[in-house]
Amino acid sequence: MSDFPTRANVVVIGAGIVGNCLVGHLARLGWTDMVLLDKGPLPNPGGSTGHASNFIFPVDHNKEMALLGEQSANQYRDANLSVDCGGIEVARTQDRMLELDRRMTSARAWGIEASLLTPAEVKDLVPFINEEVILGGFYCPTVSVVDSLETGTTMRREAVETAGCQVFANTEVLDVETIEGEGGVTTVSSVVTDKGTIATEHVVIACGVWSNRIANMAGATIPLVPAVHQMADVGPMDILAETNNEIGYPIVRDMDTFCYERQSAGSMEVGSYGHRAILHHPDEIPSNQDAALSPTELPFTDDDFDPQMETAIELMDMLGEAEIRYAINGLLSLTPDTMPCLGETTEVRNLWSAAAVWVKEGPGMAQVVAEWMTYGYPRVIDVHGADIARFYDEERTEEHIWSRADEHFIKTYGIVHPAEQWEGRRNLQVGPYFSRQEDLGAEFFQARTWERPQWYGCNADLVERYGLSEREVEWDNRWWSPITVGEHLNLRENCGVVDLSSFQIYELEGPGAVEYADRLAVNKVDVPVGRSIYTPWLTPDGGFHSDLTMMRLGEDRVRIVTGVFDGGRDEFWTRRHMPTDGSVTFTNITKQLTTLGLWGPRAPAVLSQLTDQDLGQEGSPYGSIIDAEVAGLPCQLFRISYVGDTGWEVYARWEDGPKLWDALMEAGADLGIRPTGGGVYGSSGRLEKGYRLMGAELESEYNPLEAGLARPRVKAADFIGREAYLAARAVGDPEVLMCTLTVEDQTDAQGRKRHMMGGNEPILTMDGGRITDSHGRVSRVTSAGYGPSVDRHLLMSYLPLELCTPGTDLQVMYMNELFPVKVAGSGAVFDPDDTRLKA
Amino acid sequence: MRILVCVKRVPAPGARINVTADGMAVDSAHLGFTTSPHEECAVEEAVRLVGEHGGEVTVMTLGPAAAEEQLRYAASVGAHRFVLVPIQEVDWDPQRTAAALAGAIGDVESADGAFDLILFGNESADAGGFQVGVRVAYALGRPVVNGIKGVDIADGVASARREVDGGFEVYNLPMPAVLGVKEGINLPRYPTMKGRLASKKAEVVVDERSVEVGGQARVRLHRPVETVSETVILGTGPEAAPAVVDLLEELGLLT
Amino acid sequence: MSLLVICDHDRGKLAEASLEALAFGRSLATSAGLDMEAVVVGEGAESAAVDLAAHGASTVHVASHELLTDFGPEAWGETVTQLVRSSGAEVVLACGTDRGNEVVAHVAARLDQPFVANCRSVEPDAGDWTITRVQWGGSLLEDVSLTAEVVLVTVAHHAVEPSVAAAPAAGVVAAFRPDLDASLAHTVVADRVVLTRGVTLSTAPVVVGGGRGVGSAEAFGPLEELAGLLGGVVGCSRAVTNNGWRPHSDQVGQTGTRIAPDIYIASGISGAIQHWVGAMAAKNILAINTDSEANMVARAGHAVIGDLHQVIPAIIEEIRRRRG
Repeated sequence: MSDFPTRANVVVIGAGIVGNCLVGHLARLGWTDMVLLDKGPLPNPGGSTGHASNFIFPVDHNKEMALLGEQSANQYRDANLSVDCGGIEVARTQDRMLELDRRMTSARAWGIEASLLTPAEVKDLVPFINEEVILGGFYCPTVSVVDSLETGTTMRREAVETAGCQVFANTEVLDVETIEGEGGVTTVSSVVTDKGTIATEHVVIACGVWSNRIANMAGATIPLVPAVHQMADVGPMDILAETNNEIGYPIVRDMDTFCYERQSAGSMEVGSYGHRAILHHPDEIPSNQDAALSPTELPFTDDDFDPQMETAIELMDMLGEAEIRYAINGLLSLTPDTMPCLGETTEVRNLWSAAAVWVKEGPGMAQVVAEWMTYGYPRVIDVHGADIARFYDEERTEEHIWSRADEHFIKTYGIVHPAEQWEGRRNLQVGPYFSRQEDLGAEFFQARTWERPQWYGCNADLVERYGLSEREVEWDNRWWSPITVGEHLNLRENCGVVDLSSFQIYELEGPGAVEYADRLAVNKVDVPVGRSIYTPWLTPDGGFHSDLTMMRLGEDRVRIVTGVFDGGRDEFWTRRHMPTDGSVTFTNITKQLTTLGLWGPRAPAVLSQLTDQDLGQEGSPYGSIIDAEVAGLPCQLFRISYVGDTGWEVYARWEDGPKLWDALMEAGADLGIRPTGGGVYGSSGRLEKGYRLMGAELESEYNPLEAGLARPRVKAADFIGREAYLAARAVGDPEVLMCTLTVEDQTDAQGRKRHMMGGNEPILTMDGGRITDSHGRVSRVTSAGYGPSVDRHLLMSYLPLELCTPGTDLQVMYMNELFPVKVAGSGAVFDPDDTRLKA
Repeated sequence: MRILVCVKRVPAPGARINVTADGMAVDSAHLGFTTSPHEECAVEEAVRLVGEHGGEVTVMTLGPAAAEEQLRYAASVGAHRFVLVPIQEVDWDPQRTAAALAGAIGDVESADGAFDLILFGNESADAGGFQVGVRVAYALGRPVVNGIKGVDIADGVASARREVDGGFEVYNLPMPAVLGVKEGINLPRYPTMKGRLASKKAEVVVDERSVEVGGQARVRLHRPVETVSETVILGTGPEAAPAVVDLLEELGLLT
Repeated sequence: MSLLVICDHDRGKLAEASLEALAFGRSLATSAGLDMEAVVVGEGAESAAVDLAAHGASTVHVASHELLTDFGPEAWGETVTQLVRSSGAEVVLACGTDRGNEVVAHVAARLDQPFVANCRSVEPDAGDWTITRVQWGGSLLEDVSLTAEVVLVTVAHHAVEPSVAAAPAAGVVAAFRPDLDASLAHTVVADRVVLTRGVTLSTAPVVVGGGRGVGSAEAFGPLEELAGLLGGVVGCSRAVTNNGWRPHSDQVGQTGTRIAPDIYIASGISGAIQHWVGAMAAKNILAINTDSEANMVARAGHAVIGDLHQVIPAIIEEIRRRRG
């Protein structure tokens, strides 16, 4: 036994698939002085990796999960510890058949071979299936089975051999200590174990179901909950044994019963996501010594599994006679929003999370975290959806984690609409107008924790006024209303009020505030007081980290306004890079200010009734923010528009919100003012103007040139990502450009009008080919929606420069059908000269 | 033929056995429950014998209401009738258990006639009292032999084999008889999925018994002190062979 | 007032287990202020009686009857019961072997007295006795209080070392002829079947164990060879039986066989708790494992870090070389 180290550069806690791959990737990136710890023995320390079913279905609608799954599958293949056995998702319902069409679409987007099978074709591949209970199948030949334990062992050994990584199994972490680092920042300092204490620069928590408990030791949170996935190994069966193979038949996912059947040598593993959500506290998980099988293989609860047995026998009669040889309540990690927890914890500097990762994404996500630690940002792919900084405090509570896990467990194999709303844990954050909006029949959509009206029932009259109708196909119409089109047309004709209370608002103050703000932003913050900028924030590699507005409110004061989906990440980024000399202070004033958007040709006429302020281009020019009294309330008028019509974002004190709302409504009563929902603000209004949205069009894989957001000149001041940005500019034309496309014919094979949703539908050439660039980035729909004022369904997508010419004919795949589209260009399709903004 | 098997619900073995704070019970927070292993084999043997000779298997357990789970498990591997003798306490002492079982068996037999064979496990995996089967047999006035690893039935005689060093002792018991069987008598089958589903419909007869406590009373449970010592690494790979053989020599095993 | 030790023997040679019971009985008799007597039953009992004086028995009851020529749990139990009644013994003690526990259980049933099996310590008292006994095959101890007219206990096998008395006792031989019902013949050994294999897993001086790391049924060949060279047998872990590589009778563990060899060579066995429980009584444990962090390595006295497929052939070769 070697001596236990007293110091290290990095301590990785957890030797499952993630921790093992992480030390391997860190070694490849040049890290040394690494220590890998686990409280269990090796090679199977007893975490979720040890009981994983180890198969990868590569098709996922979510881009991060699909690409990291593919990345991981390839790493397993490179290690020669993977077999492509193929897999079939079978459908028992018509709804599922439609979902399989959607699967086909996503398969095409990511370039994964796939086909739809008839029941008879399914039976050709899986002769023991009862084809009479299924309607069809989605077959993917590259579904693979991997050896996660051996892959982890290989990666760990690589780190040991090439970088001298020290490995200590049977070593329990008792505490993770922090110190007050530079500028008073809580910083990780050491890991206390039952074998000794290691002083260290970095700590990574890769402890799966135990992660939050370890994070809590340092005062950080990793919002996940251990949850049961039941699995029974039944057999032996001759037809399986005769394959003389670990796996000789494709894996079958019986999606409508939330169940899978995966051959394991002579027997079949029947796994279920169909039982009740069975959640555990980390402290309830037994130690290795106290567990009969392993800490994450809990005693099987038969009653929960019985219904699955019946449906499994229905699908494969031979399972009825098979013996239940081994059955477990296996633990895995669930998060409030189903996505992993990657990146530096927001509470403790240099304390990293690599948690809530399944075997199917393990190696890829380990690479992400290793790159993040090395380069300050992941390179392999944008992971804003998995960034642990995305969570607000309310999302880190046990109540929230449990409620959401309870609600989404059954959706593991479910059919989840892109706009699907949560049922539980609603109204966590509401704006000051909430009760008024409820009275007006608002349909609320939740944006992380914030409730935002998507449309208002009180505007139903507009449907008739503008002659609108519901969408023909239920899927397209779900979570949508023609009222939103009415609100759009009314705003263009008269004006609308949009509740923007969910804006996340921060202020930087102090002698270093402007200089620091300039360090974050591509565009120049050091503008005259009262002026604002709209600007990207870049990653060190020159991709988008954020895209937001910044306002110069004083000599030493800058306001930052960002969207609710990115608030957590932007606040963390801002705090993370702050100078530690005390020259800048950061304040989150989200709950102090409320914002109402007032836009439309009649917006000036409404506002002028409530203020003496000169509202013309002289007194309130575009991009300016001025103090003004509105309806007797101290407000700020920010002349800006995200919908394409003139108007203001009116900032008021939170408590004054209701008065401001009432005053605007009253003043606009005769001018056609309507409360207007997020369907206009976030979708139809912005799409007509080609405005890009962070997290959709804008991701770290793309730079401002490609997004069409580059300015003619680059400011002199240094900023994060400047070098990479300059390098990209030096190349000249970008390889791809963000464009808007119009759908030329929305009619499907059944003669119905369809509506693409911006769910990564692939843009294809006229001969059906996928469009990718030299980095492998695929042209796919990043946002989509109807543009009422141009009467076209609009799509946004990056396209190679040669395809960006307006008028270029292409196709989009939606629900496994092709529709013709035409490139409109990279700018706005509505009012391209912004005449309405300047009105 | 009619066979009765008496089984006990015990925490599933495999993990360190922890004790509740009051020392009166095994802490089952992390443990599943199972049929005590010898008795699982007894059920298998009964099902096998009935398969060979015809008849039916009754399974009886004395335990908490949750012990119904073990009866259903027996149903899932082929047993036919089920009796639960419910107790409120964690466990009963061996005398009390035996008296209650003898009474419950008497109830069944007075209605349906004597069982040809009653099988017990040699001892329970948890308490390990080594006596309940013998006491019940004595109470019923039937011959009994423990440690049985093989049974054949012919002409009203149960021929039972008991393992001893180097071979078997054979006992010929006229039926009705009682046997205490040991794991290894057979490899118990696992339930099939259909068996499991069918077992949900099994009917469980509950026979509540009121019996005096015996003379053995639990004071507390505790874990023995484990001795921990450092492992001596003799070497790595085949090069370690001489050191291994030195050790064998030292232990006098190389003569 | 006496304490009666039930002694087992093989054709007159006292069983090792009975020597343990005698050692335990001597000290219990002293603390309880009782006279230690012994009973031997069956063919050759007289010759066994000779040694019992050295082990401290003041009186040796030699029971004989035509139903006692071979072992029969009921006949033995009935015999001891009658002896207890006639001699007035207050304590009956045997070693907790299969036979010991079984015979005392019969005595208990007949006397309608409690029986405490597999004790580690017995504290006599004027009122209730305090006893510590073994549960879960040794994983747990239970303290019990005993209210009884006759104290019936067995001492856990291997819990005490056999020893002779400081001074031999009288060892007066007293013949005892029980009155046995002919029906007790039903449970007397009727026949014996000898197996060809000389050593069994539970008695072998060397056990070479193989786990999942062995890889296949065929790969047990070198383990068989090594066991053969050392006069031992092959054992295996549960994973091996589950895979069908070896029969259940070879399984070492809580649900298999408990072993107590001079050395247990555990190769390719990670050391799950349930396996450990069956192997922990081994006097020495040598773990052969590729992983120095495996549970079995941590628990073993000695370990070789390496692939068993290379290490075991090397050991075989080395043994052959030294033996010439």
